[in-house]
Amino acid sequence: MNRIVIVGASLAGLRTAESLRANGFTGELVLIGEEPHEPYDRPPLSKTVLSGWIGTDRLLLPRTRELNARWLLGAAATGLDLAAREVRLADGRAVRFDGLVIATGAGARPWPVPREAALRGVHVLRGRDDADRLCADLAEKPRRVLVIGGGFTGSEVASSCHDLGIPVTVTHRGVAPMAGALGSVVGTAIGARQRARGIDLRVSTTVTSLVGEERLTGARLSDGDVLDVDIVVVATGSVRNNGWLAGSGLAADGRGLDCDTASRALDVTGAVVPGVYAVGDVARWRHPHFDAPPQSLEHWGNAVDQAEVAAHNLTHASTDPRHTSALPAFWSDQFGMNIKSVGLPQLADEVVLTQGCFERGPFVAAYGRRGSTVGAVAVNSPRVLDGYAALVTQRAAFPPAINATDSPVARPVPVTVSGGKP
Amino acid sequence: MTSTRFYPAAATYGKVLDHANRHDPYPLFAELAREPIQQLAEHAWLVTRHEDITALLRDPRLSAQNEADPSAPTGSDGKPFRGPFLMQDPPHHDTLRAQTMRQFVPRILGMRPQIEAMVARLLDAHAGKGPGEFDVVASLAYPLPVGVICELLGVPPEEEPVFHGFAGRLTRALDPVESLTEAEIADLEVARAQWRAYLTPMIQQRHANHGDDLISGLLVDGDPADRMNLIELATTLGMLLIAGHETTVNLVANGTLALLRNLDALDRLRADPDLAPAVVEEVLRYDPPVQQTGRRATAEIKIAGRLIPAGDEVELLLAAGNRDPLRFTEPDRFWPERPSNAHLAFGGGVHYCLGAALARIEGQVALTAIATRLRNPRLVLDPPPYRPNMLLRGPSELRVAYDDVTA
Repeated sequence: MNRIVIVGASLAGLRTAESLRANGFTGELVLIGEEPHEPYDRPPLSKTVLSGWIGTDRLLLPRTRELNARWLLGAAATGLDLAAREVRLADGRAVRFDGLVIATGAGARPWPVPREAALRGVHVLRGRDDADRLCADLAEKPRRVLVIGGGFTGSEVASSCHDLGIPVTVTHRGVAPMAGALGSVVGTAIGARQRARGIDLRVSTTVTSLVGEERLTGARLSDGDVLDVDIVVVATGSVRNNGWLAGSGLAADGRGLDCDTASRALDVTGAVVPGVYAVGDVARWRHPHFDAPPQSLEHWGNAVDQAEVAAHNLTHASTDPRHTSALPAFWSDQFGMNIKSVGLPQLADEVVLTQGCFERGPFVAAYGRRGSTVGAVAVNSPRVLDGYAALVTQRAAFPPAINATDSPVARPVPVTVSGGKP
Repeated sequence: MTSTRFYPAAATYGKVLDHANRHDPYPLFAELAREPIQQLAEHAWLVTRHEDITALLRDPRLSAQNEADPSAPTGSDGKPFRGPFLMQDPPHHDTLRAQTMRQFVPRILGMRPQIEAMVARLLDAHAGKGPGEFDVVASLAYPLPVGVICELLGVPPEEEPVFHGFAGRLTRALDPVESLTEAEIADLEVARAQWRAYLTPMIQQRHANHGDDLISGLLVDGDPADRMNLIELATTLGMLLIAGHETTVNLVANGTLALLRNLDALDRLRADPDLAPAVVEEVLRYDPPVQQTGRRATAEIKIAGRLIPAGDEVELLLAAGNRDPLRFTEPDRFWPERPSNAHLAFGGGVHYCLGAALARIEGQVALTAIATRLRNPRLVLDPPPYRPNMLLRGPSELRVAYDDVTA
């Protein structure tokens, strides 16, 4: 294999490149990135960057080794020709590859009404430039910020605005913030803490229209209210950046590009496409531990794990590929809470409080599906989660026996997951 | 008498507890580590692998606290007092630890210049006199952390010998109780009472006359409803004394010993003091000041494929995990430059060493000074004599000869 092309120059792409070199790949390495920036870390964008602690120029991902790669930054991929083994770029160039890694990630789902989305003061948050624009607007001392969508990004944005002393309203389509990932019981507990911090959180509420000429002045909500707001942050989830794969023969749609546990991309017939891999947010796959449909895991750790697996498999004989099997895990920092999850709580049909209490202080909840433990979520208690990871790995019976000193006497209750995306 | 089963590992573990083997328990640890988990008694287990220990330190099913003594005085949570928060579980542990962290961490982070000055002063006493020898334990390893803790607590230097005395006596509390004599157990109780009696007027004085020291800070930290009461405060300070003192003594002494047994590493540190952080991490792995930590299973738990019943004792042999060949290449080699040195010396999970940052500074400064200021240092007696403690293990004396101590 002479030339490996990586499309997508963020965390997953960079880690794949580094891992390829670590695995002894000495051929030509090309990284293609749509953004003009070198690879940077995204999780701080909604947290320390918006709160004003660090600038977007301080986010470059640390490099663990010399890459000796050709960088094509500011170059969007627009097409893939598997027969010619070529990636086509927006500027008309074509880049030939022997091995291909697709790491184009996901983008923010835009506000669905283009005229309203174009109003000055309406933002999304996914990249550095988004954060710079939003920071500039927040510095203008807005009367109120409306965050549409109480998922993780929306909640973190609300927290950062609150840290800046700006009044915040959050609307959320579902019954509780982050309920899509954490279920309604834990989501409701966290929502109560958000409200206690002074957030105007409105669940089961949507925004019917954004108001303004050229500049945003307000928003109409489904509860009948009309809010005077200068800034709206649309945080209604993400869409996979895989439109450029249309017609390529790969199994890609709006919800992801299919791959197997070895990160090998699949074609529309479900067959492995030799030499083509998918890693990070764009990849949709079936985690071997869980009996669940394929899904993309938009987690920092998953991007790193898949990058290493893909790099290993690209550089070793294909008879015995390596597989991604690490348990999914992610975290969020908001409103003084560190929220950490392990396993797949969103699969659960039941949840139980296993440590602490919902009202005050740290707590941990375990999630079960058909009598097995499938996940856990800890709020301000990150250091016990390895124990729960062991329970998930062992498919321990649910509810698990913890009996810790701070374990309450609690009975499992059914999880209800909020309807639709946040 | 109930019938007792024979557990082969218990015999080996008995040799670990035997003072005759204190100078080198590592072959015994290797023997115990042939199995990932060993049964020591009907309800006691020993875990030896890095991966298992790492996970178990973060498992809520392992409790660090003993049964409450209903006759004990009341803690600030209104429940019977259970001892230092190192030996308590959440939730009360978290409250006490958070208060201590808030007051302790900001105070230690700025201390490097003071620590450098202390170390320089201690070595200056021997400087420029030509060939000689000193005991690294008595001349450097002991006085350094005592000086640091007295500085933190705002205690005048003339009180240092008192702290020194308490540290030695209170530390025995951390050893497996079966390794203590009746007299030592009795002295522990006396030492604890004397420690409280010694601290009480000091605490009252800070109440009346608030300063910028750690004690004054703890007296006013955070929500008044959560604040430590007198017994918790005295116990926390005692824990900081033991944990911040004996451990550092061992770190400096074990580090000096390792460097003088591996003169090439000493030369590299002398040539490049930027190697000091890596040297300290390797000392922490190779010969950790805290060798083991104990827990109790609150629920049935599977460890290394075995089901351990609720209520059983689970000992985590940190020093064996630090030499686990599945985690570390050439684990018995002292090699500061080793990649990815994720040692277990500071524990992990909710009880992760509160003073790790301070220990690192003290170790880096002291070992750098040993490397750069002693000309041709060499061990006078190898192996050196060891203190009786198995858990906080280190030499009682470490005589080092040199051609000169440079200014």
